[in-house]
Amino acid sequence: MKRTGAQIIWECLVHEGVKTVFGYPGGAIMPAYDALLEYPVHHVLVRHEQGAAHMADGYARVSGEVGVAVATSGPGATNLVTGIATAMMDSSPIVCITGQVNSKLIGYDAFQETDITGITLPITKHNYLVTDVHELTHVLREAFYIARSGRPGPVLVDIAKDVQQATIPDWEYDDSPIQMTAYRPDKSPMPKDLQQAAEMIHAAKRPVILAGRGVLMSGAMEQLREFAEKTRTPVAMTLLGIGCFPASHPLNLGMMGMHGEAWVNNAIQQADLLLAMGMRFDDRVTGKIETYATQAKKIHFEIDPSEVNKNVKVDSALIGDLRETLGKLSAHVEACDHGDWIEQIDEMKGDSAVRDIMNLPDNGHLYAPHVMSDLQRYTKGEALVVSDVGQNQMWAAQYYKHDKPYTYITSGGLGTMGFALPAAIGAKFARPDANVWAIAGDGGFQMTQSELSTAAQEGLKINIAIINNGYLGMVRQWQEFFYDKRYSATPMHNPDFVKLAEAHGLAAIRVTKREQVEDAVRQAEETEGTVVVEFQVEKEDSVYPMVPTGADLHNMIRRPVRVMEEE
Amino acid sequence: MNHTLVALVEDKPGVLTRVASLFRRRAFNIESLTVGHTDQTGVSRMTVVVNSSETDAERVTSNLHKLINVIEVTDLAEAPSVVRDLALIKVTASPASRSEIMQLVDVYRARIVDVGNDSLIVEITGDEDKIDSFVDVLRPFGILEMVRTGIVAMARGTSLIPGSNGNGNSNGNGNGVH
Repeated sequence: MKRTGAQIIWECLVHEGVKTVFGYPGGAIMPAYDALLEYPVHHVLVRHEQGAAHMADGYARVSGEVGVAVATSGPGATNLVTGIATAMMDSSPIVCITGQVNSKLIGYDAFQETDITGITLPITKHNYLVTDVHELTHVLREAFYIARSGRPGPVLVDIAKDVQQATIPDWEYDDSPIQMTAYRPDKSPMPKDLQQAAEMIHAAKRPVILAGRGVLMSGAMEQLREFAEKTRTPVAMTLLGIGCFPASHPLNLGMMGMHGEAWVNNAIQQADLLLAMGMRFDDRVTGKIETYATQAKKIHFEIDPSEVNKNVKVDSALIGDLRETLGKLSAHVEACDHGDWIEQIDEMKGDSAVRDIMNLPDNGHLYAPHVMSDLQRYTKGEALVVSDVGQNQMWAAQYYKHDKPYTYITSGGLGTMGFALPAAIGAKFARPDANVWAIAGDGGFQMTQSELSTAAQEGLKINIAIINNGYLGMVRQWQEFFYDKRYSATPMHNPDFVKLAEAHGLAAIRVTKREQVEDAVRQAEETEGTVVVEFQVEKEDSVYPMVPTGADLHNMIRRPVRVMEEE
Repeated sequence: MNHTLVALVEDKPGVLTRVASLFRRRAFNIESLTVGHTDQTGVSRMTVVVNSSETDAERVTSNLHKLINVIEVTDLAEAPSVVRDLALIKVTASPASRSEIMQLVDVYRARIVDVGNDSLIVEITGDEDKIDSFVDVLRPFGILEMVRTGIVAMARGTSLIPGSNGNGNSNGNGNGVH
């Protein structure tokens, strides 16, 4: 059948199962936008291309399917960059399609020409420039395959305008299996490595599982749970691992790392075996490498060999898909009981409970941790939470407990402020039935607040919690702790968020006291359409505990017990 | 100590950029990098020399593997190998010094490939030490210009770089940490 390059783009996307794309039109991608009208693909018009990439990313993280962003050449393409880098750092499968100037003009600085494949080289898993319409089908098929296989990641396909306009008279979709000479993502651990790992597991007296986002990406939640229960091994999660193991499970320890609970970090420091599953020993997780878990042997369950021995030297590496690896490993592993060790960890918790803001006397102020905890209570812990970056993110991670997978997403590796709102929009398209709550600080919200228009235009129902403390809170906290309270460029003069929402035709609620939280949450959920809830919280609260950058993981700054009583 | 890595890569536009970009991005320090054709259409061969006191060769290998266009990477430190560098050296040669230079050329089994009125171009092939030593003995005569290709290398005996024999038999092993 006769097809133009523009039609082939959508034919391929439909074959990949794509139902929604996020994008913004412009000169070099216009042929594709014209052809879009003939295909059953819903296009979400964003207000900035960064939003498109984050929406595709949010869509991918909660669905496990590839998210798609579309942009034009030049500034359209460069605006995607932050979103692509975000997806790269957190291994999120997205495909970005960009228009490029006419292939004859490439290299001549044509209007809106930019070398986007060059620019995105280090922040994509792979990218393509298509200058021949006959390559388009296999390039798009490879792009989706690469994005979702192995360790997932973003792939960019830059398509010259004349390729979109060119015609193939007898085009047929090629659905033969993908053959790639060099790319072989399917890896499996060797049986002898499994045997060795099993011996280490049996020898351990104080094991801890470190569960990361790899568990979610592999879909290994059940296998993790079986393994943890069989070997009675407590589970600590990374920020991006949250949801991969039920928070209410007796073996759950909680989040590790810079803002992890003290007992979690202390348990890791005292462990004699770490089972790292789908996590990469990020510096935010290890603290000072030289003093990190020095007594522990380490087994790294990892799909990407380049992560092994990168930050932390390990004693054994099981390379492959985690679900498959855990499946195979279970045959080698016998039931264990670490009652003493679990008891020992429980004792570490005592001191933390005293310092937890939840257990400190209520002084009538509204604290963000209370907001998170109440939000969990009134949404029955069933919301799909998308947090931004900074204090709001850490409080959301600490105080909104998740029992189900794919219910908490956030930008971890890149720490991209402005992620929450667009990613929440993307997540809602992937899971229309989910009760989506975007949580952002006043700073991060303003970075991508223009996507409120997108939510309004789409008639989308999400809830947005703005945690407004009038500061770039995390930076302010660092200034308080490490820069002698010199608040350089962190106080924010903000717009009236209620009026801002109303200007978009959206409902808005302002909360200043804790007793208003419940009503606000209920009202937001009962209101049709997107609702903005502004929580005006304590201005100078900090996230505790905190491991300062470069400090030992066990040397945490703890919440002072008396502060709240004095206020 | 230097590590010699051999990478077979797809012969496509931009592949060298991807490799170079990776080295820059990961701050890998490279002693030399050479690229050339193989006997297989569509496959190029890169020889990368890494100073392993500064850069972990295993990290270079595993990161090269992540590039979609890289077919195979082998660390030649694991097996005895033949290592060759080629240099062209233009050296000042007066009628008085010419015969002395030609004797040295013989000793080193180099070749004279161009003769000018006051200069010679000498071609020498060998491992880096041999070429370094030859350059040292020529230096007193006056080196006008020199170019070296960088290292190419091949494992000794019948052992092959996986994927380099074209029949695909040794190509299917994607397991384990390379």
